[in-house]
Parts: sequence; structure tokens; C-alpha cells
Amino acid sequence: MTKSLPTKNRGLAGNDGCCLNGKETGLQPTFVNSSQNEVCCGSPPGPESNSFERAGYQLRHFVEDFIDTPAGAVPRVKTQLDPSDILGTVLVRLGLNRDQYKIAPGLYCVGLPGEDSPVLVTANYKLSFDTLRRELNAVDAWILVLDTRAINVWCAAGKELFSTAEVVRRVEQTALDRVVRHKQLILPQLAATGVSAHQVKKASGFSVRWGPIRASDVKQFMADGMQAEKAMRRVTFSLTERIVLIPVELSHLPKPTLWVLLAIFLLSGIGGHIFSLADAWSRGLMVLVAYGGGIFSGAVAAPILLPWIPGRSFALKGALTGILAGLAVVSVFRAGLHWPEAMALVLISVGVSSYLSMNFTGSTPFTSPSGVEKEMRKAIPLQLAAILVAVVGWVGAAFAG
Amino acid sequence: METFRYLPGVSTLNLNADDCIGCGMCELVCPHGVFQIDSKKAMICDLDGCMECGACATNCPTSAIRVTPGVGCAAYIIQTWFKGKQSPACGSVKCC
Repeated sequence: MTKSLPTKNRGLAGNDGCCLNGKETGLQPTFVNSSQNEVCCGSPPGPESNSFERAGYQLRHFVEDFIDTPAGAVPRVKTQLDPSDILGTVLVRLGLNRDQYKIAPGLYCVGLPGEDSPVLVTANYKLSFDTLRRELNAVDAWILVLDTRAINVWCAAGKELFSTAEVVRRVEQTALDRVVRHKQLILPQLAATGVSAHQVKKASGFSVRWGPIRASDVKQFMADGMQAEKAMRRVTFSLTERIVLIPVELSHLPKPTLWVLLAIFLLSGIGGHIFSLADAWSRGLMVLVAYGGGIFSGAVAAPILLPWIPGRSFALKGALTGILAGLAVVSVFRAGLHWPEAMALVLISVGVSSYLSMNFTGSTPFTSPSGVEKEMRKAIPLQLAAILVAVVGWVGAAFAG
Repeated sequence: METFRYLPGVSTLNLNADDCIGCGMCELVCPHGVFQIDSKKAMICDLDGCMECGACATNCPTSAIRVTPGVGCAAYIIQTWFKGKQSPACGSVKCC
């Protein structure tokens, strides 16, 4: 080992994360004759820095290389997802890591685009970007990524982030008119909520062509001469599309559930003995199961069974599945229950399920805010009443029993 | 969407046929096929299919379409009841 290193370097060894068991060697520069024994701590050094790396920036793994354009270098991205992209998708779908799942806005490309290649515009939510690029295998195109604050196309359009102003600003910032010769942008149809085609034209000179709703139709759209058939222009809400939303619905629940737990055990302990810990535990568990049943029927069963549950109001649909869940819970505990308690458990399940199902309206692609508000004005008082009656029945039974 | 129908008679969508120039933009951008162009005028053929996303109104070059767009998210609507419509909850970045 290199004992000849100057002693003044020794103090740095701790920060180096290297050669932990070779104290006397101090700082061990990897460029010193790296024959066998001298490789630091067994693991070989990583690859050399990529020539595309720049001080102060981080090169993203999905960038293949850069191509030169009159407006500077433009990153060319892969059209196949890596395992890390898929892991990222799974995590955001589970409601983890949802904050700032984004890529830098600006101009990207796929294939080998030229000055006549189409320009596809999308959001800088990484899930949106990944969904688009994976569909562009063997396509030569520019991808203009807007700063939508890591929000998907439709929601960003609704929040005026995927907006006329942002399109115009990004076209200017990327000097798109020096990269392409034509004056056309292809936007996903759902961005129409936030982007006014005629105003983009007026402000930037670029005309907007409305592309299909789904990225999976983009290739067909381009093959058909930038025409989308009717089916490509209609939103759908298939079983799969509903199921992938469920984990995120559930991920909102842990925080309020802490308060619910506290309330459940406090209210279940109250009774003839003022407060009984044993009751809080044994009776509380039953309410907890009813609460869990309500969550399952409102946030899992109702979204899955949506088209088959009778009624149009989501609060009603959730109440119906909640009744079934509540009855199932009662049948489990039926031996030790008086009728007010059974009623209380069903009502808890119904109230929770109805509320959660109603909340699912925010995730569907077909409910109007006017309709949601209308059903909420009717449903919330009833949901609150159900919970209130349940509490009275539950606590009252403890005194009577 | 034919398989999914929501509450009828609630949409705030309104079309002023006099101002319509029949460009067909509303028919194109609507994700629910609410509009149809008939003899160079747009008409609302499925009002109850409207989810008030506002795409048609935003893209109508003559402002012939009016709709109160919004976010159909219960948590947000509850906030507007207490804090008023200006509540930034959903208009801002973090929501839904």
C-alpha cells in the first residue's frame, strides 16, 4: 500500500468513505497504480463520467445522447422504459413519492428528427412523459415538455398550468422556430381545457393540432396524417383504469385514520364504569372492523363495481356497498351484539363508504363539478347523521348493557 | 361516455347559437361528444354527458360557449364552502 502519501492528507480519510480499515494509508487516491490490492475496499470504481455530463446538472438515465440543432443541443430520449422507470411508476401509483415526480421542462427528441419532424407537447409529470416516449419507438419527433409542476396533462390543464401562456412561453424559451421549419404543435386533446388553440396561434405563430387523448394512439394518429378517429377522442374509464386509481385513494387515508382510531377507542370505552380499557379494546375492535369495511366498500369495491352499482350519485353507490359491508361485519360479531350496536356498525360502514365513494368523483373522467356539489349538499348531512346516530347507538348500548 | 352517466340536468354548459361560426372546434376537443355540427352550426346533443371541463369554451374563437369549469373533487368543494371560491386548494399545485 502507498505509505509514502503525505501525512497531511490523513485527516481527510474519514470523509472519503474509502479504505476504512487501512488507517495508516490515509487518503487513497484511486489513480495511484490500481493493480489488484490497491483497488479501494474491494468494490471497483464506477464508470467514467459521461461526456454529456455538465457541472451543476444531473444527466437523467433516459437520455440516450444529444443532437445538435440551430438552437443548441437537444437530449434524445430512450423509447423503452428502464426498470427504474417502472419502479417509479409503481411507487407513484401506490401514492408514494408523488411529490415532484418530474423532469426538466424544455425540448427533447426521439429518433432522428429534422426540421420537418412533428412537435409533440406534453406535461413534465414523469409518468406522462414516460407514457408518451414509450409509444414513440421508431418515430422521429420533437417533444416539447411544459412546466406543469409535475402534474399530468388533464389535471394541469384544469389548474391552468398546462396553459396557453405556458405553451407560448416554452416555444419561445426553446427557440422552437429555429429547430423546426413548420409552424405546428401537436397537443394532447385533454390539454384543450387549459390551452386555447386560437390564442396560441395569435401569440406564437404556431398552430395547434389536437392529438389523440391517449399516448398509445399517437403513432396511429401520425400514420393517418394527423387525424384522430372518434374513439381516440373519447375518454374511457375501464376496469383497469379504475383499479390503478385505488391505491392513491387509499394513500390519503392514514392521517385521518389516526384521529378516527382515537375517537373509536375513546367512545368504545365509555359506559357504566365511566371508562373501561377492556371495553375500549374489545368493542373498539368491532368499530374498527366496521370502519375498515366502510373503507373497503367505498374506496375499493365502489370504484371497481362502479358501472354495475345502481344509481348515479356516487354517495348513493357507496352507501349501497356500505350496507353490504356493514351487514357482513355484523354477521361476524353477531353473537355479542345488541340491536343498537348492530345498527351502529352498519351505519358506520355506510357513512364512511358513502363519503369515500363520493370523494372518488374527483378521480373520474366524467363527473361534473356542478353534479358533485349537488350530490354533496344532499349526502354530507346524511353521512354525518348516520355517524351521529351510530355514535349514540354505540355509546348508549354500553350504558344499557 | 355511454357506459357512465352522471347526474342529469346539472351542467352549466351554454351555447349561444347566434355567435357560433360552425368551426367545429368544440366538437373536436370535447372528450364526451357533447357537441355536433349541424348545417354549419354547433349544437349541444348530449348536455348530460358534459363534465364541465371547459375545453370547448376555452377553444371557441367567438366565445359562443359558456360553462363554469371546476374541479369535481369533494375535498376541494368542501373547502370552497368554508373559504369561498377563491380558496387556492385545488387551483394551486397540490391536490388530487
